[in-house]
Amino acid sequence: MGVRTWIGSWPVYRQLKGTDPLGRGAAAESGRTARLTPRVASADRVVKSVCPYCAVGCGQDVYVENGRVTQIEGDPNSPVSRGRLCPKGSASLQLTTGDAREHRVLYRRPYGTEWEHLDLDTAMDMIADRVIAARRAGWQWEADGVRTRRTLGIASLGGATLDNEENYLIKKLFTALGAIQIENQARI
Amino acid sequence: MAECHPVGFQWVMEAKARGAKVIHVDPRFTRTSALADLHVPLRAGSDIAFLGGIVNYVLSNDLYFRDYVVAYTNGPVVLGEDFRDTEDLDGVFSGLDAEHRSYDNASWQYQGMEVQAAAGQRDAEYDRRTGRGRSVSEAARGEAHGSGGADIGEGEPERDETMTHPRCVFQVLKRHYARYTPEMVERICGVPQDLFRQVCELVTQNSGRDRTTAFAYAVGWTQHTVGVQYIRAAAVLQLLLGNIGRPGGGILALRGHASIQGSTDIPTLFNLLPGYIPMPHAHEHQDLESFVRAEAQRKGFWGDMRAYLVSLLKAYWGDAATADNDYCFDHLPRLTGSHSTYETVLAQLDGVCKGYFLYGENPAVGSADARLQRLGMANLDWLVVRDFSLIESATWWKDGPEIESGELSTEDIRTEVFFLPAAAHTEKDGSFTNTQRLLQWHHQAVEPPGDARSDLWFTYHLGRIVREKLAGSTDPMDRPVLDLTWDYPVKGAMAEPDAEAVLAEINGRDADGNPLASYEQLKDDGSTACGCWIYCGVYADGVNQAARRTPGREQNWVANQWGWAWPANRRILYNRASADPDGRPWSERKALVWWDAEKGQWTGHDIPDFPKDRPPSWQPPPGARAAEALSGTDAFVMQADGKGWLYVPSGLTDGPLPTHYEPQDSPFVNLLYRQQRNPVRHLMPSLPDNRYQPSGDEPGSQVFPYVATTYRLTEHHTAGGMSRWQPYLAELQPEFFCEVSPELAAERGLEHTGWATIVSARGVIEARVLVTDRMPPLTVHGRTLHQVGLPYHWGPNGYSTGDAANELLHLALDPNTHIQETKAFAVDIRPGRRPRGPAAQALVRAYRARAGIDDRTGTEL
Repeated sequence: MGVRTWIGSWPVYRQLKGTDPLGRGAAAESGRTARLTPRVASADRVVKSVCPYCAVGCGQDVYVENGRVTQIEGDPNSPVSRGRLCPKGSASLQLTTGDAREHRVLYRRPYGTEWEHLDLDTAMDMIADRVIAARRAGWQWEADGVRTRRTLGIASLGGATLDNEENYLIKKLFTALGAIQIENQARI
Repeated sequence: MAECHPVGFQWVMEAKARGAKVIHVDPRFTRTSALADLHVPLRAGSDIAFLGGIVNYVLSNDLYFRDYVVAYTNGPVVLGEDFRDTEDLDGVFSGLDAEHRSYDNASWQYQGMEVQAAAGQRDAEYDRRTGRGRSVSEAARGEAHGSGGADIGEGEPERDETMTHPRCVFQVLKRHYARYTPEMVERICGVPQDLFRQVCELVTQNSGRDRTTAFAYAVGWTQHTVGVQYIRAAAVLQLLLGNIGRPGGGILALRGHASIQGSTDIPTLFNLLPGYIPMPHAHEHQDLESFVRAEAQRKGFWGDMRAYLVSLLKAYWGDAATADNDYCFDHLPRLTGSHSTYETVLAQLDGVCKGYFLYGENPAVGSADARLQRLGMANLDWLVVRDFSLIESATWWKDGPEIESGELSTEDIRTEVFFLPAAAHTEKDGSFTNTQRLLQWHHQAVEPPGDARSDLWFTYHLGRIVREKLAGSTDPMDRPVLDLTWDYPVKGAMAEPDAEAVLAEINGRDADGNPLASYEQLKDDGSTACGCWIYCGVYADGVNQAARRTPGREQNWVANQWGWAWPANRRILYNRASADPDGRPWSERKALVWWDAEKGQWTGHDIPDFPKDRPPSWQPPPGARAAEALSGTDAFVMQADGKGWLYVPSGLTDGPLPTHYEPQDSPFVNLLYRQQRNPVRHLMPSLPDNRYQPSGDEPGSQVFPYVATTYRLTEHHTAGGMSRWQPYLAELQPEFFCEVSPELAAERGLEHTGWATIVSARGVIEARVLVTDRMPPLTVHGRTLHQVGLPYHWGPNGYSTGDAANELLHLALDPNTHIQETKAFAVDIRPGRRPRGPAAQALVRAYRARAGIDDRTGTEL
């Protein structure tokens, strides 16, 4: 360490010689503080995203390190939000990586008192069977003598928290199945 | 807005910093009020009286923007002789069918012409439009919209440019709102006259050539039995003041879910197909031709509905859709009346609806009359819940309120429940459409954990498996499923469908498979396919326009290089109206788009919402139809007459002009008319769990003397599925509470931070008490009214818990939208915790008995 560096590390010297005469900013910074880096500094990449809560559509920067999301911050480039997030948007990291999320398929059999585990493929196959059966059971070619070509056996609710592409496939598939009781949060 | 859309509210504060005045109208003092220039507390459920009062102020003081009104609205249009206003019929319009609780709007039409509606429910008028049903008197000629219509020229509405004809819309409007005086506003809304006058002065002084005023609203306006008419009242006012289609103007819906706009545009809704094409109703002999004839308009962009619909059918059914088979039009299922979420619950209780999918929605606490929702689910064969955590809609069979009360027992519930964990927005590609119609793409950052999958994955693979199981079926029922185009490319170990391929299908392609750039390219001959016509252009040139992210600071203030807004990336709808009839901006200060005579085209800061090369002086040639029929001053390009509608001749089920009616459950009589409630409100059956209350001076109404309203908090999201499981948010708002004034607390012995029990004819809940000046008592009808504030985020699961406010709600709905009246109802409140077990329902029954409630109460016209 040179003399200049040694003297420069002395807060009083920095306070007298530097731009911080009151010693409340740079002059008071310790070596440890100076070496601190933001937790996003070591991120491998930043992925552009959009807040999943309300419909303002604030921009989000998703920081990824070693294949894990490590932080979610407001995107300063967004002309919608200019980098801000509200308390909910700021909780996005907890929403997406928190331990309240279920990671496994759960199954409650008829009259069952507890959850059981089920393999995802098995669950998909069982659901497909039930869709076919309920659709058939609730099928109506006609109502009051006019053609309806529909089923009242299955219904779907939700979509406002999903992507446009997801809503498109839901409406497309269920319409082809003849289901009409398709609804989402637009009414609540 | 500062509470529920805080980041959007920064722009209100920017405006305020530049001198804008901010007015906050809300029963409750909130963070918005704290930052506003004026807070106006009013009685929940009285906004039409309030807005009607401003309309009256504008009309009686000649403060409307005359040049704008004459050029761009239907103010000068003359109505037919048969129309009778609420002024003539003491609170109802002509055409009321009391027996069926509906209006026949034949008498609401323009003189000599029939006008088509611009959204949702047009098909309900199919019979009349196709000349097959009742009420064909005036309408038979009004078939004008279809190919075999009346001669052009005879179909033009009669106009009086001086707006003095006694039957012109402007004069009808004047008479209709004359009784909405400041004195009436004070008595109905509880807003003192001097405060009301300040609002009127601020709004009118800030409107005109040089200035514009905006209204922002949320579900505080929509969740009423007259919700659509709330928005319409603002539309009447804004059109009179010239505040539509102009920068700084408008009526801005602040929506509450990331893509609730997108899920309305590309609807997961029963009554719509993508792009606001109505779902077909069941009729005899219906085919594509008759559907389009009943639906399309002669004039404006809806005139090309056949092209939009055929392109949608091609996107759904691909090569199977041909001219010979009506492009598979018959593959579409048909409606018979309403099939909204509330009718679905009844179908579940009846055992007709056996299987139910929940995609990120939590009706067990989030829907009105939450108890009925749970009882419906308890009668299903199977239920699939896709969510992040174990929300109440997934666990009601184990620990719901009916299990606690002993009414249901887990061992007796047959419903099979599948809980499938959902992927988060960081774990999938896709687009959200925000509240200003802006599509923004979010990119996948990581793979979803464990069994979690996107809803794209779930829906695609469910369809794939169902199709595999049905393969080879010759049952005509299965034809639409097997004909479906369902071959999306998948990627990665999880076989995730490529979201951009779905976006490309939504955008549409031509016969050679090239992406389309504009809905004006769509054809009705099967040569184009497009999944949602209003989104056409979002994948122009094969580029994902929703993923564009040019920083805001590197663009002009319109910032149209960020994301992509429908339609055609226009940021302000109907912006032709930002220029005068000659195409010049109304003022330099408010310039947005204008006619460039030299280049012969519209230009400006935003993308013009008008045919680009159509001069202001242009008159359509005889026989012109669709967009061709728009004159150079028809700024409202989606409307059948090209005008903004002060008066709605067709398309609304409950009247052409907003009229004040009391909420379904109200402690007050309607002071303006003998008609108490919206006569055609959509009343679900008065089941034992959905009893209505007496209102006004009916005996028993004093049992529920307080007005209650529900709302959201900054720290929680809707029914809590995305916020009550997050420790930070749960710590910020740890449990359910109600807000009451110190006066109400004294009257009912409620203690701050203690418990209160709140009761309606449907249910009973308990809440922590927040005694606060934020809920001020009002003087309504000359007496003191206390209001009870109820944030509605809670249920028993998660870290932050409490009762669901929706237990208290009934199912009287807006007849246009089938939205429940969550924002104004009547309750009683008393100190202490609610009873447990069977005693809870016993208390509700005791209240019903005291109020004399039976299945007819509140169901009068």
